[in-house]
Amino acid sequence: MSALISPPAPGGAGHLVGRLLRSRLAAALATPHGVDRYLERFNPMWAAHEVRARVVSVHRETSGTDSAPVATLTLQPTSTWRGHRAGQHVLVGVELPGPEGRGKRHTRAFSISSAASAPGEQFTLTIRAHDEGQVSSYLVREAQPGTLLHLSQAQGEFTLVESPATPTISRLLFITGGSGITPAMSMVRTLLRDGYDGHAGRRVTFLHFARSPEDQIFAHELAEIAAADNGVDVHLRYADQLFSEFELRRLVPDYRDTDTWLCGPAGLVELVKDAYTDPESSGGELSPRLRMEFFKPAVARAAAPGGEIEGEVSFTRSGATTAATGASLLEQAEELGLKPEFGCRMGICFSCTRTKSAGTVRNVLTGEESSLPDEEIRICVTAAAGDCHIDL
Amino acid sequence: MSTDTLSTPVADEKYHGLTADQIEQLGAELDALRQRVLADLGEADAAYLRKVVTTQRKMEIAGRALFYLPVIGWLPAVACLSVSKILDNMEIGHNVMHGQYDFLGDPAFNSRMFDWDTVCPGEQWKYSHNYIHHTFTNIVGKDRDVGYGILRMDPEQKWHPYYLGNPLYAFLLMTFFEWGVALHDLEVENIVSGKRKMADNKPLYPGLMRKIRRQALKDYVLFPALTGPLFPLTFAGNAVANLVRNVWAFNIIFCGHFPAGVASFSEEETANETRGHWYLRQMLGSANIKGSKLMHLMSGNLSHQIEHHLFPDLPARRYPEMAVEVQEICERYGLPYNTGRLHQQLWSVFKKICRYSLPGGDAKVAPVRGPEAVTEDSLAA
Repeated sequence: MSALISPPAPGGAGHLVGRLLRSRLAAALATPHGVDRYLERFNPMWAAHEVRARVVSVHRETSGTDSAPVATLTLQPTSTWRGHRAGQHVLVGVELPGPEGRGKRHTRAFSISSAASAPGEQFTLTIRAHDEGQVSSYLVREAQPGTLLHLSQAQGEFTLVESPATPTISRLLFITGGSGITPAMSMVRTLLRDGYDGHAGRRVTFLHFARSPEDQIFAHELAEIAAADNGVDVHLRYADQLFSEFELRRLVPDYRDTDTWLCGPAGLVELVKDAYTDPESSGGELSPRLRMEFFKPAVARAAAPGGEIEGEVSFTRSGATTAATGASLLEQAEELGLKPEFGCRMGICFSCTRTKSAGTVRNVLTGEESSLPDEEIRICVTAAAGDCHIDL
Repeated sequence: MSTDTLSTPVADEKYHGLTADQIEQLGAELDALRQRVLADLGEADAAYLRKVVTTQRKMEIAGRALFYLPVIGWLPAVACLSVSKILDNMEIGHNVMHGQYDFLGDPAFNSRMFDWDTVCPGEQWKYSHNYIHHTFTNIVGKDRDVGYGILRMDPEQKWHPYYLGNPLYAFLLMTFFEWGVALHDLEVENIVSGKRKMADNKPLYPGLMRKIRRQALKDYVLFPALTGPLFPLTFAGNAVANLVRNVWAFNIIFCGHFPAGVASFSEEETANETRGHWYLRQMLGSANIKGSKLMHLMSGNLSHQIEHHLFPDLPARRYPEMAVEVQEICERYGLPYNTGRLHQQLWSVFKKICRYSLPGGDAKVAPVRGPEAVTEDSLAA
């Protein structure tokens, strides 16, 4: 895929400054705070290591009245952006204003919707505003040109494995549902931008499931792609048109031997996985040609405050699980024989801080509950209030 | 009150005549205060921290730049750099590394990632300070901040002719305070007394050496070198700025726990502490400094040491507003609230350093009963 990324801009004044700012000398002078802590004082778009981006434009994608609106944000990243491969996602941090946001930075992952980008190059995020998603709602409804976002580098292995310049893959199949269309769109856009056409027996099949035509994002572009002579078949399905193996076989007879990218909600993923499992092989083997991207594990909502605690605590690093009892997570981990770091055991010293990746927890001192993903918690004063995943 | 059989006579005296029930009620009141402030944290706290950081960065950049102006630039440069280092260590570093701003979700102000502009690695300081000192505050034999393993600051510490040098050691600790803090974690006195093995310190060396190397390289090699022929002046200026910070930090910190009227505790007394007892120990074991807003800023709000010890993980800018209520609670429960002007508290600390260089000393702080017993004079004495 690296062939899709154009080489970095040739040397110049900016290049030299960048090298200087990333040098060991600059780091030694800025110790212990780091060069970026000084650069940001002058201009938030100056960075030596961190990645930030300014929103260049916001484009509404759907007019769906009864559904969550979708917008595409075009971002200009700092020169530290190393580019992305089609299909990757990025962590976006925003400081939400107002009493709800309380000045905190909230970080969420979003797929990149534009074709593969080169270092420092603009790219787009296409985001659906979920009712419960503070970050997605803010980005879709309130972000404006000029809004500053904090970014990670692009991450994820759900990508095109090679460039069309080396076309050992001549058949590609994308099966997506809902927001899962975004990484697939990035891949198709990359292929077309780089000259993929229907000649020499090459073929792309794009099968997408959406709630309604009003909810269909990229509809105009998909229609254009379908109409053009480029070897890309687009099949859009709505509402109660569920995925069926029978239909897939009709579209792509040898689908199990076709390189496939699957991204969507859990229901769709399960159906497709069944279709890609060979019933004749012993134990039912999943075709290695199927690549999948999962959304965050869904966890059950917690009991109402004060209600009986029910759920499973998963210590994801060790793989240990136990039923939530209302005891602190530190005590629960120790009962399982784990030895997490701790100090005061009363919530003041922060020695036991860990990341909760998903689920609901309750502060045993204050009774306060929180369901935020990727939240740092002090496990000595925090108990599970339902299913939760702890990085331990 | 008398129906309570749990409070032994010793605890009674130690805790100013409060019954176990009253102590738990006190704890509940402080928890409620904590909860009210916690629920109110937000943008204003973020904005305040960012403003202080902006000021600190400006001071540092100005300080480093002013060294290029020979003669007239030197003193302002040292002043700017001193202020920068004080802000960095106290209102920013100390407080950020307490996790006070973890709630912001900003990696730049996350207690797990932050490090400060002194030779003590933040990682090691968080263990000895956040955990050991804040959990076992003023428990002689457990809280290593009582005398820093060098001084005799409490009658419970057994006298030895070595302590005749108490004032001298205090002066040296003040001068080289950042080094004292860095070496504090090695627990040299426990190695001397055989409680700790040399090998226990091995894991600490690489981090400590790395931090010392980086701090020394920056202040004593690179920045002086960048001023070319002015090298010796810049070198000296950086050394003076570090010294100013050391002297200031030492004095503020010694006013926090060592003025007259501050109680110390034994391990037996605190063996079965409840949350209420813990709160009470933090109150009785700390002392405040009265002063202006500038004083509070430059001390990292450790001028509100009592509030800091009650609520170490709440943003320090909240302590002045909380102090009003804490003081009112103290009055209602007949508890001392140790506060005084900087010079009063310093004089009190100085007297203590000198007094405990000699054998003996008052065994315990006399119990103070009732609000009428709490006067500023009795505390500043």
